[in-house]
Amino acid sequence: MTIIPAAMPRTFVGRLRWAVADGWTITLRSLAHWKQQPAQFLITLMFPIMIALLFGYLFGGSMVVPGGGNYREFLMPGLFAMTMLFGVESTMIAVATDASRGVTDRFRSMPMASSAVVVGRAIADMVDALLVLVVLLGCGVAIGWRWREGIGDAALALGLLLLLRFAFIWIGIYLGLVVRNPESVMVVQIVVWPIGFLANTFSSPAGMPDWLGMVAEWNPLSSTVAATRQLFGNPGWGGDSWIAEHALLMAVVWPLLLTAVFLPLAVRRYRRLSL
Amino acid sequence: MVSAHAYAVVTEGLRKRYGDVMALNGLDLAVPAGTVRGLLGPNGAGKTTAVRILATLLRPDAGRAEVAGCDVVTQAVEVRYRIGLVGQYAAVDEVLSGRQNLVMFGRLYHLSPRAARRRADELLEQFRLTDAADRAVKEYSGGMRRRLDLAASLILTPAVLFLDEPTTGLDPRARDEVWEAVRSLVNEGTTVLLTTQYLEEADRLAHEISVIDGGRVIAEGTPEQLKSKIGGDQIDVMVSDAAHLDHTAGLITSVVGQQAQIAHRERRVSVPVTDRVAALTSVARALHDAGIEAEDIVLRRPTLDEVFLRLTGDAAANSPKEKVA
Ligand SMILES: Nc1ncnc2c1ncn2[C@@H]1O[C@H](COP(=O)(O)OP(=O)(O)O)[C@@H](O)[C@H]1O
Ligand SMILES: [Mg+2]
Repeated sequence: MTIIPAAMPRTFVGRLRWAVADGWTITLRSLAHWKQQPAQFLITLMFPIMIALLFGYLFGGSMVVPGGGNYREFLMPGLFAMTMLFGVESTMIAVATDASRGVTDRFRSMPMASSAVVVGRAIADMVDALLVLVVLLGCGVAIGWRWREGIGDAALALGLLLLLRFAFIWIGIYLGLVVRNPESVMVVQIVVWPIGFLANTFSSPAGMPDWLGMVAEWNPLSSTVAATRQLFGNPGWGGDSWIAEHALLMAVVWPLLLTAVFLPLAVRRYRRLSL
Repeated sequence: MVSAHAYAVVTEGLRKRYGDVMALNGLDLAVPAGTVRGLLGPNGAGKTTAVRILATLLRPDAGRAEVAGCDVVTQAVEVRYRIGLVGQYAAVDEVLSGRQNLVMFGRLYHLSPRAARRRADELLEQFRLTDAADRAVKEYSGGMRRRLDLAASLILTPAVLFLDEPTTGLDPRARDEVWEAVRSLVNEGTTVLLTTQYLEEADRLAHEISVIDGGRVIAEGTPEQLKSKIGGDQIDVMVSDAAHLDHTAGLITSVVGQQAQIAHRERRVSVPVTDRVAALTSVARALHDAGIEAEDIVLRRPTLDEVFLRLTGDAAANSPKEKVA
Protein backbone atom coordinates (compact mmCIF):
# COMPACT_ATOMS: atom_id res chain seq x y z
CA MET A 1 0.00 0.00 0.00
CA THR A 2 1.28 3.44 -0.86
CA ILE A 3 0.64 6.07 1.74
CA ILE A 4 -0.11 9.53 0.45
CA PRO A 5 1.02 12.09 3.02
CA ALA A 6 -1.01 15.16 3.83
CA ALA A 7 0.34 18.17 1.96
CA MET A 8 2.61 20.48 3.86
CA PRO A 9 0.59 23.36 5.31
CA ARG A 10 1.37 26.73 3.77
CA THR A 11 -0.42 28.95 6.27
CA PHE A 12 0.77 29.97 9.70
CA VAL A 13 -2.27 28.44 11.39
CA GLY A 14 -1.75 25.19 9.52
CA ARG A 15 1.85 25.01 10.65
CA LEU A 16 0.87 25.83 14.19
CA ARG A 17 -1.64 22.99 14.14
CA TRP A 18 1.12 20.62 13.04
CA ALA A 19 3.49 21.92 15.68
CA VAL A 20 0.85 21.29 18.34
CA ALA A 21 -0.01 17.83 17.00
CA ASP A 22 3.66 16.81 16.77
CA GLY A 23 4.45 18.20 20.20
CA TRP A 24 1.57 16.23 21.60
CA THR A 25 2.74 13.02 19.91
CA ILE A 26 6.13 13.43 21.57
CA THR A 27 4.46 14.18 24.91
CA LEU A 28 2.42 10.98 24.65
CA ARG A 29 5.60 9.09 23.87
CA SER A 30 7.21 10.24 27.13
CA LEU A 31 4.08 9.47 29.09
CA ALA A 32 4.08 6.00 27.53
CA HIS A 33 7.63 5.57 28.81
CA TRP A 34 6.47 5.99 32.39
CA LYS A 35 3.66 3.59 31.82
CA GLN A 36 6.16 1.03 30.53
CA GLN A 37 8.55 1.67 33.41
CA PRO A 38 6.57 2.56 36.51
CA ALA A 39 9.57 1.62 38.65
CA GLN A 40 11.44 4.61 37.24
CA PHE A 41 8.80 6.96 38.56
CA LEU A 42 8.81 5.34 41.99
CA ILE A 43 12.57 5.61 42.22
CA THR A 44 12.37 9.34 41.45
CA LEU A 45 9.94 9.63 44.33
CA MET A 46 11.84 7.43 46.77
CA PHE A 47 14.73 9.81 46.97
CA PRO A 48 12.98 12.92 48.34
CA ILE A 49 10.83 10.78 50.60
CA MET A 50 13.93 9.15 52.04
CA ILE A 51 15.58 12.52 52.55
CA ALA A 52 12.43 13.80 54.22
CA LEU A 53 12.48 10.89 56.68
CA LEU A 54 16.23 11.06 57.19
CA PHE A 55 16.42 14.77 57.87
CA GLY A 56 12.98 15.06 59.41
CA TYR A 57 13.50 12.37 62.05
CA LEU A 58 17.09 11.18 62.17
CA PHE A 59 18.98 14.50 62.00
CA GLY A 60 15.94 16.64 62.65
CA GLY A 61 16.45 16.72 66.41
CA SER A 62 19.82 18.36 66.10
CA MET A 63 18.76 20.88 63.43
CA VAL A 64 17.86 24.31 64.66
CA VAL A 65 15.30 26.31 62.75
CA PRO A 66 16.39 29.89 62.51
CA GLY A 67 13.91 31.97 64.48
CA GLY A 68 12.39 28.86 66.01
CA GLY A 69 9.71 26.53 64.66
CA ASN A 70 9.19 22.97 63.53
CA TYR A 71 12.17 21.65 61.53
CA ARG A 72 10.01 19.42 59.35
CA GLU A 73 7.95 22.45 58.31
CA PHE A 74 11.19 24.23 57.51
CA LEU A 75 12.49 21.21 55.59
CA MET A 76 9.62 20.37 53.24
CA PRO A 77 9.70 23.48 50.98
CA GLY A 78 13.44 22.90 50.62
CA LEU A 79 12.79 19.33 49.54
CA PHE A 80 10.11 20.36 47.06
CA ALA A 81 12.48 22.76 45.37
CA MET A 82 15.41 20.34 45.49
CA THR A 83 13.30 17.69 43.78
CA MET A 84 12.50 20.20 41.04
CA LEU A 85 16.22 20.83 40.64
CA PHE A 86 17.10 17.14 40.49
CA GLY A 87 14.54 16.75 37.69
CA VAL A 88 17.21 18.22 35.44
CA GLU A 89 18.88 14.80 35.51
CA SER A 90 15.90 12.90 34.15
CA THR A 91 15.44 15.48 31.40
CA MET A 92 19.07 15.17 30.53
CA ILE A 93 19.12 11.38 30.51
CA ALA A 94 16.08 11.24 28.23
CA VAL A 95 17.55 13.75 25.79
CA ALA A 96 21.03 12.23 25.78
CA THR A 97 19.62 8.72 25.27
CA ASP A 98 17.72 9.84 22.17
CA ALA A 99 20.74 11.65 20.81
CA SER A 100 23.10 8.74 21.33
CA ARG A 101 20.75 6.15 19.82
CA GLY A 102 20.12 8.11 16.64
CA VAL A 103 16.45 8.69 17.56
CA THR A 104 17.06 12.44 17.48
CA ASP A 105 18.48 12.07 13.97
CA ARG A 106 15.43 10.15 12.86
CA PHE A 107 13.17 12.90 14.20
CA ARG A 108 15.23 15.51 12.42
CA SER A 109 15.05 13.61 9.13
CA MET A 110 11.24 13.55 9.34
CA PRO A 111 8.87 16.30 8.17
CA MET A 112 7.71 17.09 11.70
CA ALA A 113 7.71 20.50 13.35
CA SER A 114 11.22 21.16 14.58
CA SER A 115 9.89 22.55 17.85
CA ALA A 116 8.00 19.35 18.65
CA VAL A 117 10.78 17.30 20.20
CA VAL A 118 11.79 20.04 22.59
CA VAL A 119 8.26 21.18 23.37
CA GLY A 120 6.97 17.62 23.86
CA ARG A 121 9.82 16.88 26.24
CA ALA A 122 9.03 20.04 28.22
CA ILE A 123 5.32 19.28 28.54
CA ALA A 124 5.96 15.68 29.59
CA ASP A 125 8.48 16.77 32.20
CA MET A 126 6.08 19.35 33.58
CA VAL A 127 3.37 16.71 33.93
CA ASP A 128 5.92 14.52 35.71
CA ALA A 129 6.92 17.39 38.02
CA LEU A 130 3.29 18.08 38.92
CA LEU A 131 2.68 14.41 39.79
CA VAL A 132 5.83 14.24 41.88
CA LEU A 133 4.89 17.43 43.72
CA VAL A 134 1.42 16.15 44.53
CA VAL A 135 2.85 12.95 46.01
CA LEU A 136 5.46 14.90 47.98
CA LEU A 137 2.84 17.28 49.33
CA GLY A 138 0.96 14.22 50.56
CA CYS A 139 4.08 12.89 52.24
CA GLY A 140 4.70 16.27 53.81
CA VAL A 141 1.21 16.34 55.28
CA ALA A 142 1.77 12.83 56.61
CA ILE A 143 4.85 13.93 58.59
CA GLY A 144 3.24 17.07 59.94
CA TRP A 145 3.94 19.71 57.35
CA ARG A 146 1.08 22.21 56.71
CA TRP A 147 0.39 25.21 54.55
CA ARG A 148 -0.92 28.03 56.68
CA GLU A 149 -1.58 30.96 54.39
CA GLY A 150 -4.62 29.81 52.48
CA ILE A 151 -5.08 27.96 49.26
CA GLY A 152 -4.27 30.93 47.02
CA ASP A 153 -0.76 31.40 48.41
CA ALA A 154 -0.18 27.66 48.43
CA ALA A 155 -1.12 27.50 44.74
CA LEU A 156 1.26 30.37 44.04
CA ALA A 157 4.02 28.48 45.85
CA LEU A 158 3.36 25.42 43.68
CA GLY A 159 3.49 27.66 40.64
CA LEU A 160 6.93 28.93 41.68
CA LEU A 161 8.18 25.38 42.16
CA LEU A 162 6.95 24.38 38.70
CA LEU A 163 8.51 27.51 37.26
CA LEU A 164 11.85 26.42 38.66
CA ARG A 165 11.42 22.98 37.11
CA PHE A 166 10.50 24.65 33.83
CA ALA A 167 13.76 26.58 33.81
CA PHE A 168 15.75 23.44 34.53
CA ILE A 169 14.10 21.59 31.64
CA TRP A 170 15.95 23.82 29.18
CA ILE A 171 19.20 23.38 31.01
CA GLY A 172 18.62 19.61 30.93
CA ILE A 173 17.80 19.59 27.21
CA TYR A 174 20.80 21.74 26.40
CA LEU A 175 23.22 19.64 28.47
CA GLY A 176 21.72 16.40 27.16
CA LEU A 177 22.33 17.52 23.59
CA VAL A 178 25.85 18.63 24.45
CA VAL A 179 26.98 15.42 26.16
CA ARG A 180 24.94 13.10 23.88
CA ASN A 181 25.74 10.18 26.12
CA PRO A 182 23.51 9.05 28.96
CA GLU A 183 26.52 7.75 30.89
CA SER A 184 28.00 11.25 31.14
CA VAL A 185 25.02 12.30 33.23
CA MET A 186 27.00 11.06 36.23
CA VAL A 187 29.33 13.99 35.78
CA VAL A 188 26.42 16.39 35.89
CA GLN A 189 25.10 14.75 39.05
CA ILE A 190 28.33 15.65 40.75
CA VAL A 191 27.59 19.29 39.97
CA VAL A 192 23.87 19.19 40.64
CA TRP A 193 24.14 17.76 44.13
CA PRO A 194 26.14 20.60 45.63
CA ILE A 195 23.68 23.04 44.07
CA GLY A 196 20.91 21.18 45.90
CA PHE A 197 22.71 21.31 49.24
CA LEU A 198 24.59 24.58 48.97
CA ALA A 199 21.41 26.55 49.53
CA ASN A 200 18.98 27.28 52.32
CA THR A 201 17.39 23.85 51.75
CA PHE A 202 18.46 22.16 54.99
CA SER A 203 20.02 24.91 57.04
CA SER A 204 20.35 28.64 57.01
CA PRO A 205 23.16 30.34 55.11
CA ALA A 206 23.70 32.47 58.23
CA GLY A 207 25.29 29.46 59.86
CA MET A 208 27.76 28.94 56.99
CA PRO A 209 31.18 30.54 56.51
CA ASP A 210 30.76 33.99 54.96
CA TRP A 211 31.63 33.28 51.36
CA LEU A 212 29.75 29.99 51.34
CA GLY A 213 26.71 31.66 52.86
CA MET A 214 26.83 34.25 50.13
CA VAL A 215 26.95 31.59 47.40
CA ALA A 216 24.08 29.78 49.08
CA GLU A 217 21.99 32.91 49.23
CA TRP A 218 22.52 33.70 45.55
CA ASN A 219 21.78 30.12 44.56
CA PRO A 220 18.55 30.34 42.49
CA LEU A 221 17.24 27.41 44.49
CA SER A 222 17.38 29.48 47.69
CA SER A 223 15.12 32.17 46.30
CA THR A 224 12.45 29.63 45.38
CA VAL A 225 12.78 27.90 48.74
CA ALA A 226 12.57 31.13 50.72
CA ALA A 227 9.62 32.36 48.67
CA THR A 228 7.68 29.11 49.04
CA ARG A 229 8.35 29.02 52.80
CA GLN A 230 6.88 32.47 52.95
CA LEU A 231 3.86 31.56 50.85
CA PHE A 232 3.18 28.30 52.71
CA GLY A 233 3.60 30.16 56.01
CA ASN A 234 6.37 27.81 57.09
CA PRO A 235 9.20 28.90 59.34
CA GLY A 236 12.15 30.31 57.44
CA TRP A 237 15.19 32.37 57.82
CA GLY A 238 14.61 35.97 56.78
CA GLY A 239 18.13 37.22 56.36
CA ASP A 240 18.84 40.87 55.80
CA SER A 241 20.70 40.80 52.49
CA TRP A 242 19.08 42.23 49.37
CA ILE A 243 18.65 38.82 47.80
CA ALA A 244 17.00 37.37 50.89
CA GLU A 245 14.62 40.30 51.22
CA HIS A 246 13.50 39.97 47.61
CA ALA A 247 13.00 36.21 47.63
CA LEU A 248 9.56 36.37 46.04
CA LEU A 249 10.75 38.57 43.22
CA MET A 250 13.87 36.52 42.65
CA ALA A 251 11.91 33.26 42.68
CA VAL A 252 10.32 34.60 39.49
CA VAL A 253 13.34 36.38 38.04
CA TRP A 254 15.86 33.55 38.41
CA PRO A 255 13.86 30.91 36.50
CA LEU A 256 12.90 33.42 33.80
CA LEU A 257 16.52 34.42 33.43
CA LEU A 258 17.68 30.81 33.20
CA THR A 259 14.94 30.07 30.67
CA ALA A 260 15.85 33.13 28.62
CA VAL A 261 19.41 31.88 28.38
CA PHE A 262 18.93 28.15 27.99
CA LEU A 263 15.76 27.88 25.91
CA PRO A 264 17.34 29.52 22.84
CA LEU A 265 20.55 27.57 23.45
CA ALA A 266 18.63 24.29 23.58
CA VAL A 267 16.59 24.99 20.47
CA ARG A 268 19.63 26.16 18.55
CA ARG A 269 21.61 23.14 19.62
CA TYR A 270 18.80 20.84 18.48
CA ARG A 271 18.52 22.51 15.08
CA ARG A 272 22.24 22.50 14.45
CA LEU A 273 23.13 19.12 15.88
CA SER A 274 25.76 18.17 13.41
CA LEU A 275 27.88 15.57 15.11
CA MET B 1 22.31 20.41 -14.28
CA VAL B 2 20.99 16.96 -15.02
CA SER B 3 17.26 16.49 -15.21
CA ALA B 4 15.63 15.95 -11.86
CA HIS B 5 13.26 13.37 -13.26
CA ALA B 6 15.85 10.93 -14.46
CA TYR B 7 17.94 11.18 -11.30
CA ALA B 8 16.69 10.63 -7.77
CA VAL B 9 19.86 11.91 -6.13
CA VAL B 10 22.17 14.52 -7.59
CA THR B 11 25.08 16.20 -5.86
CA GLU B 12 27.45 18.74 -7.34
CA GLY B 13 30.72 19.77 -5.76
CA LEU B 14 29.56 18.94 -2.25
CA ARG B 15 32.02 20.06 0.43
CA LYS B 16 32.03 19.74 4.18
CA ARG B 17 34.88 20.53 6.46
CA TYR B 18 35.44 19.67 10.13
CA GLY B 19 38.33 21.72 11.40
CA ASP B 20 41.29 20.52 9.38
CA VAL B 21 39.49 17.49 7.99
CA MET B 22 37.81 17.76 4.59
CA ALA B 23 35.06 15.22 5.17
CA LEU B 24 33.65 15.90 1.70
CA ASN B 25 35.88 17.41 -0.91
CA GLY B 26 33.79 18.02 -4.02
CA LEU B 27 31.47 15.03 -4.12
CA ASP B 28 29.62 14.57 -7.43
CA LEU B 29 26.93 11.94 -7.70
CA ALA B 30 24.03 11.26 -10.04
CA VAL B 31 21.86 8.30 -9.10
CA PRO B 32 19.21 7.28 -11.66
CA ALA B 33 15.73 6.85 -10.18
CA GLY B 34 14.77 3.31 -9.31
CA THR B 35 18.32 2.01 -8.96
CA VAL B 36 20.56 1.00 -6.08
CA ARG B 37 23.78 2.95 -5.76
CA GLY B 38 26.51 1.68 -3.52
CA LEU B 39 28.82 4.21 -1.87
CA LEU B 40 31.88 2.12 -1.20
CA GLY B 41 34.70 3.52 0.84
CA PRO B 42 37.00 2.88 3.80
CA ASN B 43 36.38 4.28 7.26
CA GLY B 44 36.56 8.06 7.22
CA ALA B 45 35.93 8.33 3.48
CA GLY B 46 33.00 10.68 4.01
CA LYS B 47 30.11 8.25 3.47
CA THR B 48 28.17 9.17 6.60
CA THR B 49 28.75 12.87 6.03
CA ALA B 50 27.31 12.54 2.52
CA VAL B 51 24.25 10.66 3.76
CA ARG B 52 23.66 13.17 6.56
CA ILE B 53 23.71 16.06 4.11
CA LEU B 54 21.34 14.26 1.75
CA ALA B 55 19.00 13.44 4.65
CA THR B 56 18.91 17.17 5.61
CA LEU B 57 20.69 16.57 8.93
CA LEU B 58 23.73 18.57 7.98
CA ARG B 59 24.33 21.61 5.79
CA PRO B 60 27.08 21.45 3.19
CA ASP B 61 29.72 24.18 3.24
CA ALA B 62 29.63 24.38 -0.54
CA GLY B 63 28.02 22.69 -3.51
CA ARG B 64 24.43 21.59 -3.88
CA ALA B 65 22.36 18.46 -3.58
CA GLU B 66 18.93 17.44 -4.80
CA VAL B 67 16.92 14.51 -3.57
CA ALA B 68 13.78 13.47 -5.46
CA GLY B 69 13.90 16.79 -7.28
CA CYS B 70 14.06 18.94 -4.11
CA ASP B 71 17.03 20.92 -2.85
CA VAL B 72 18.24 19.56 0.50
CA VAL B 73 18.93 23.00 1.94
CA THR B 74 16.13 25.21 0.63
CA GLN B 75 13.41 22.53 0.47
CA ALA B 76 14.38 20.45 3.47
CA VAL B 77 10.82 19.67 4.56
CA GLU B 78 9.82 18.50 1.08
CA VAL B 79 12.89 16.29 1.03
CA ARG B 80 11.95 14.81 4.42
CA TYR B 81 8.62 13.67 3.01
CA ARG B 82 10.38 11.75 0.29
CA ILE B 83 13.18 9.98 2.11
CA GLY B 84 13.79 7.23 4.59
CA LEU B 85 16.96 7.06 6.64
CA VAL B 86 18.52 4.02 8.21
CA GLY B 87 21.59 5.11 10.09
CA GLN B 88 24.46 3.17 11.60
CA TYR B 89 22.48 2.50 14.77
CA ALA B 90 18.89 1.26 14.97
CA ALA B 91 17.16 4.57 15.67
CA VAL B 92 14.08 3.37 17.50
CA ASP B 93 12.71 3.92 20.98
CA GLU B 94 13.97 1.06 23.13
CA VAL B 95 11.38 1.42 25.85
CA LEU B 96 8.33 1.40 23.59
CA SER B 97 7.08 -1.68 21.76
CA GLY B 98 7.62 -2.18 18.05
CA ARG B 99 4.04 -1.23 17.33
CA GLN B 100 4.16 1.88 19.53
CA ASN B 101 7.27 2.98 17.68
CA LEU B 102 5.70 2.63 14.24
CA VAL B 103 2.46 4.33 15.28
CA MET B 104 4.40 7.21 16.80
CA PHE B 105 6.52 7.69 13.68
CA GLY B 106 3.40 7.42 11.51
CA ARG B 107 1.76 10.19 13.53
CA LEU B 108 4.86 12.32 13.11
CA TYR B 109 4.52 11.84 9.34
CA HIS B 110 1.05 13.31 9.92
CA LEU B 111 -0.97 10.20 9.25
CA SER B 112 -4.30 10.11 11.06
CA PRO B 113 -4.32 7.91 14.19
CA ARG B 114 -6.22 5.24 12.30
CA ALA B 115 -3.99 5.33 9.22
CA ALA B 116 -0.90 5.24 11.45
CA ARG B 117 -2.16 2.12 13.23
CA ARG B 118 -3.07 0.41 9.97
CA ARG B 119 0.29 1.21 8.42
CA ALA B 120 2.06 -0.07 11.54
CA ASP B 121 0.23 -3.37 11.27
CA GLU B 122 1.15 -3.72 7.61
CA LEU B 123 4.81 -3.04 8.23
CA LEU B 124 4.95 -5.37 11.23
CA GLU B 125 3.54 -8.08 9.01
CA GLN B 126 5.86 -7.29 6.12
CA PHE B 127 8.95 -7.43 8.34
CA ARG B 128 7.77 -10.49 10.28
CA LEU B 129 7.52 -8.64 13.57
CA THR B 130 3.85 -9.28 14.26
CA ASP B 131 4.58 -11.77 17.03
CA ALA B 132 6.93 -9.38 18.78
CA ALA B 133 4.83 -6.30 18.02
CA ASP B 134 3.84 -5.59 21.60
CA ARG B 135 7.14 -6.39 23.27
CA ALA B 136 9.54 -3.63 24.26
CA VAL B 137 12.25 -3.10 21.66
CA LYS B 138 14.89 -3.63 24.37
CA GLU B 139 14.05 -7.31 24.15
CA TYR B 140 14.53 -7.51 20.37
CA SER B 141 17.52 -9.17 18.73
CA GLY B 142 19.89 -7.09 16.61
CA GLY B 143 18.26 -8.30 13.41
CA MET B 144 14.75 -7.54 14.67
CA ARG B 145 15.80 -4.02 15.64
CA ARG B 146 17.27 -3.46 12.23
CA ARG B 147 14.06 -4.66 10.62
CA LEU B 148 11.98 -2.36 12.81
CA ASP B 149 14.35 0.48 11.97
CA LEU B 150 13.89 -0.27 8.29
CA ALA B 151 10.11 -0.47 8.72
CA ALA B 152 10.09 2.93 10.44
CA SER B 153 11.93 4.38 7.46
CA LEU B 154 9.33 3.04 5.05
CA ILE B 155 6.16 4.41 6.61
CA LEU B 156 5.54 6.75 3.68
CA THR B 157 7.13 4.41 1.08
CA PRO B 158 9.86 6.95 0.37
CA ALA B 159 11.12 7.77 -3.10
CA VAL B 160 14.69 7.55 -1.86
CA LEU B 161 16.03 5.39 0.94
CA PHE B 162 19.41 6.03 2.54
CA LEU B 163 21.11 3.11 4.22
CA ASP B 164 24.29 3.91 6.11
CA GLU B 165 26.23 0.68 6.64
CA PRO B 166 23.00 -1.19 7.31
CA THR B 167 24.61 -4.56 7.95
CA THR B 168 27.63 -3.55 10.02
CA GLY B 169 27.59 -5.59 13.19
CA LEU B 170 24.87 -7.99 12.03
CA ASP B 171 25.26 -11.74 11.86
CA PRO B 172 25.03 -13.31 8.38
CA ARG B 173 21.40 -14.32 8.82
CA ALA B 174 20.27 -10.85 9.83
CA ARG B 175 22.39 -9.44 7.03
CA ASP B 176 20.62 -11.61 4.48
CA GLU B 177 17.29 -10.41 5.83
CA VAL B 178 18.28 -6.80 5.34
CA TRP B 179 19.52 -7.51 1.83
CA GLU B 180 16.28 -9.27 1.03
CA ALA B 181 14.23 -6.30 2.28
CA VAL B 182 16.30 -3.87 0.23
CA ARG B 183 15.81 -5.94 -2.93
CA SER B 184 12.07 -6.07 -2.56
CA LEU B 185 11.94 -2.31 -2.04
CA VAL B 186 13.80 -1.71 -5.23
CA ASN B 187 11.29 -3.89 -7.03
CA GLU B 188 8.66 -1.40 -5.89
CA GLY B 189 10.58 1.47 -7.45
CA THR B 190 12.41 2.99 -4.49
CA THR B 191 15.84 4.45 -5.20
CA VAL B 192 18.40 3.26 -2.68
CA LEU B 193 21.69 4.85 -1.70
CA LEU B 194 23.66 2.40 0.36
CA THR B 195 27.00 2.99 2.03
CA THR B 196 29.26 0.11 2.84
CA GLN B 197 32.83 -0.85 3.53
CA TYR B 198 32.28 -4.25 1.99
CA LEU B 199 32.90 -4.82 -1.67
CA GLU B 200 30.77 -7.93 -1.43
CA GLU B 201 27.75 -6.04 -0.16
CA ALA B 202 28.00 -3.39 -2.86
CA ASP B 203 28.49 -6.14 -5.41
CA ARG B 204 25.37 -8.02 -4.30
CA LEU B 205 22.98 -5.11 -4.03
CA ALA B 206 24.09 -2.20 -6.16
CA HIS B 207 23.44 -1.57 -9.83
CA GLU B 208 26.28 0.91 -9.77
CA ILE B 209 29.03 1.62 -7.29
CA SER B 210 30.72 4.91 -6.50
CA VAL B 211 34.00 4.34 -4.74
CA ILE B 212 34.75 7.27 -2.49
CA ASP B 213 37.88 8.21 -0.63
CA GLY B 214 39.01 11.48 0.85
CA GLY B 215 35.53 12.90 0.40
CA ARG B 216 35.15 12.46 -3.34
CA VAL B 217 34.36 9.86 -5.96
CA ILE B 218 37.50 8.17 -7.21
CA ALA B 219 35.88 5.51 -9.39
CA GLU B 220 32.42 4.71 -10.57
CA GLY B 221 30.65 2.06 -12.56
CA THR B 222 28.80 -1.22 -12.45
CA PRO B 223 30.38 -3.88 -10.26
CA GLU B 224 31.61 -5.59 -13.44
CA GLN B 225 33.19 -2.45 -14.80
CA LEU B 226 34.93 -1.77 -11.50
CA LYS B 227 36.19 -5.28 -11.21
CA SER B 228 37.65 -5.27 -14.66
CA LYS B 229 39.19 -1.91 -13.91
CA ILE B 230 40.75 -3.28 -10.77
CA GLY B 231 41.67 -6.33 -12.74
CA GLY B 232 39.67 -8.83 -10.74
CA ASP B 233 42.35 -11.35 -9.89
CA GLN B 234 45.89 -10.73 -8.93
CA ILE B 235 49.18 -12.52 -9.31
CA ASP B 236 51.74 -12.34 -6.50
CA VAL B 237 55.33 -13.30 -7.15
CA MET B 238 57.64 -13.78 -4.17
CA VAL B 239 61.30 -13.56 -5.30
CA SER B 240 64.16 -15.20 -3.39
CA ASP B 241 66.53 -12.28 -3.93
CA ALA B 242 65.37 -8.78 -3.04
CA ALA B 243 67.81 -7.35 -5.60
CA HIS B 244 65.61 -8.78 -8.35
CA LEU B 245 62.46 -6.93 -7.26
CA ASP B 246 62.73 -4.00 -9.64
CA HIS B 247 63.70 -6.11 -12.57
CA THR B 248 60.86 -8.53 -11.83
CA ALA B 249 58.33 -5.74 -11.59
CA GLY B 250 59.41 -4.30 -14.92
CA LEU B 251 59.25 -7.67 -16.55
CA ILE B 252 55.80 -8.47 -15.21
CA THR B 253 54.48 -5.04 -16.13
CA SER B 254 55.50 -5.55 -19.73
CA VAL B 255 54.18 -9.13 -19.91
CA VAL B 256 50.77 -8.42 -18.33
CA GLY B 257 50.32 -4.86 -19.57
CA GLN B 258 49.37 -3.57 -16.07
CA GLN B 259 51.50 -1.68 -13.59
CA ALA B 260 52.98 -4.13 -11.09
CA GLN B 261 53.40 -3.05 -7.47
CA ILE B 262 56.34 -3.90 -5.21
CA ALA B 263 56.09 -4.79 -1.55
CA HIS B 264 59.72 -4.63 -0.43
CA ARG B 265 59.42 -6.13 3.00
CA GLU B 266 57.59 -9.18 1.69
CA ARG B 267 59.88 -9.36 -1.38
CA ARG B 268 56.68 -9.47 -3.41
CA VAL B 269 55.56 -8.15 -6.76
CA SER B 270 51.80 -7.97 -7.37
CA VAL B 271 49.89 -7.28 -10.54
CA PRO B 272 46.18 -7.29 -11.41
CA VAL B 273 45.20 -9.64 -14.21
CA THR B 274 42.05 -10.27 -16.19
CA ASP B 275 42.83 -13.49 -18.07
CA ARG B 276 43.77 -15.53 -15.04
CA VAL B 277 45.44 -18.67 -16.30
CA ALA B 278 46.98 -17.23 -19.45
CA ALA B 279 48.60 -14.45 -17.43
CA LEU B 280 49.87 -16.90 -14.84
CA THR B 281 51.48 -19.01 -17.56
CA SER B 282 53.14 -16.10 -19.32
CA VAL B 283 54.43 -14.62 -16.05
CA ALA B 284 55.95 -17.95 -15.06
CA ARG B 285 57.55 -18.38 -18.46
CA ALA B 286 58.95 -14.83 -18.52
CA LEU B 287 60.49 -15.29 -15.08
CA HIS B 288 62.03 -18.56 -16.12
CA ASP B 289 63.41 -17.08 -19.36
CA ALA B 290 64.95 -14.16 -17.49
CA GLY B 291 66.52 -16.54 -14.97
CA ILE B 292 64.72 -15.01 -11.97
CA GLU B 293 64.11 -17.45 -9.18
CA ALA B 294 60.64 -17.22 -7.71
CA GLU B 295 59.92 -18.65 -4.28
CA ASP B 296 56.23 -18.69 -4.94
CA ILE B 297 53.71 -17.59 -7.53
CA VAL B 298 50.09 -17.15 -6.39
CA LEU B 299 46.90 -16.33 -8.24
CA ARG B 300 44.30 -14.75 -5.95
CA ARG B 301 41.49 -12.23 -5.60
CA PRO B 302 42.54 -8.77 -4.45
CA THR B 303 41.69 -7.82 -0.90
CA LEU B 304 39.56 -4.76 -0.38
CA ASP B 305 42.62 -2.90 0.85
CA GLU B 306 44.33 -3.51 -2.46
CA VAL B 307 41.26 -2.39 -4.35
CA PHE B 308 41.26 0.89 -2.49
CA LEU B 309 45.00 1.25 -2.79
CA ARG B 310 44.81 0.74 -6.52
CA LEU B 311 41.89 3.13 -6.99
CA THR B 312 43.26 5.80 -4.70
CA GLY B 313 46.62 5.33 -6.36
CA ASP B 314 45.02 5.97 -9.76
CA ALA B 315 43.18 8.98 -8.42
CA ALA B 316 46.37 10.37 -6.94
CA ALA B 317 48.12 9.96 -10.26
CA ASN B 318 45.40 12.06 -11.90
CA SER B 319 45.45 14.85 -9.34
CA PRO B 320 48.89 16.12 -8.42
CA LYS B 321 47.58 17.89 -5.30
CA GLU B 322 47.26 14.68 -3.33
CA LYS B 323 50.32 12.92 -2.11
CA VAL B 324 50.85 9.33 -3.07
CA ALA B 325 51.05 6.87 -0.23
N1 LIG C 1 31.35 15.75 13.72
C1 LIG C 1 32.59 15.61 13.27
N2 LIG C 1 33.60 16.32 13.79
C2 LIG C 1 34.85 16.21 13.32
N3 LIG C 1 35.20 15.40 12.33
C3 LIG C 1 34.26 14.64 11.77
C4 LIG C 1 32.90 14.70 12.21
N4 LIG C 1 32.16 13.83 11.45
C5 LIG C 1 33.04 13.26 10.61
N5 LIG C 1 34.27 13.74 10.78
C6 LIG C 1 35.47 13.37 10.00
O1 LIG C 1 35.15 13.45 8.64
C7 LIG C 1 35.68 12.35 7.93
C8 LIG C 1 34.57 11.59 7.23
O2 LIG C 1 33.76 10.97 8.21
P1 LIG C 1 32.52 10.07 7.86
O3 LIG C 1 31.65 10.79 6.90
O4 LIG C 1 31.90 9.65 9.13
O5 LIG C 1 33.21 8.84 7.14
P2 LIG C 1 32.66 7.36 6.89
O6 LIG C 1 31.20 7.33 7.19
O7 LIG C 1 32.97 7.10 5.45
O8 LIG C 1 33.45 6.46 7.78
C9 LIG C 1 36.45 11.52 8.94
O9 LIG C 1 37.80 11.90 8.87
C10 LIG C 1 35.85 11.93 10.25
O10 LIG C 1 36.80 11.83 11.27
MG1 LIG D 1 30.18 6.15 8.53
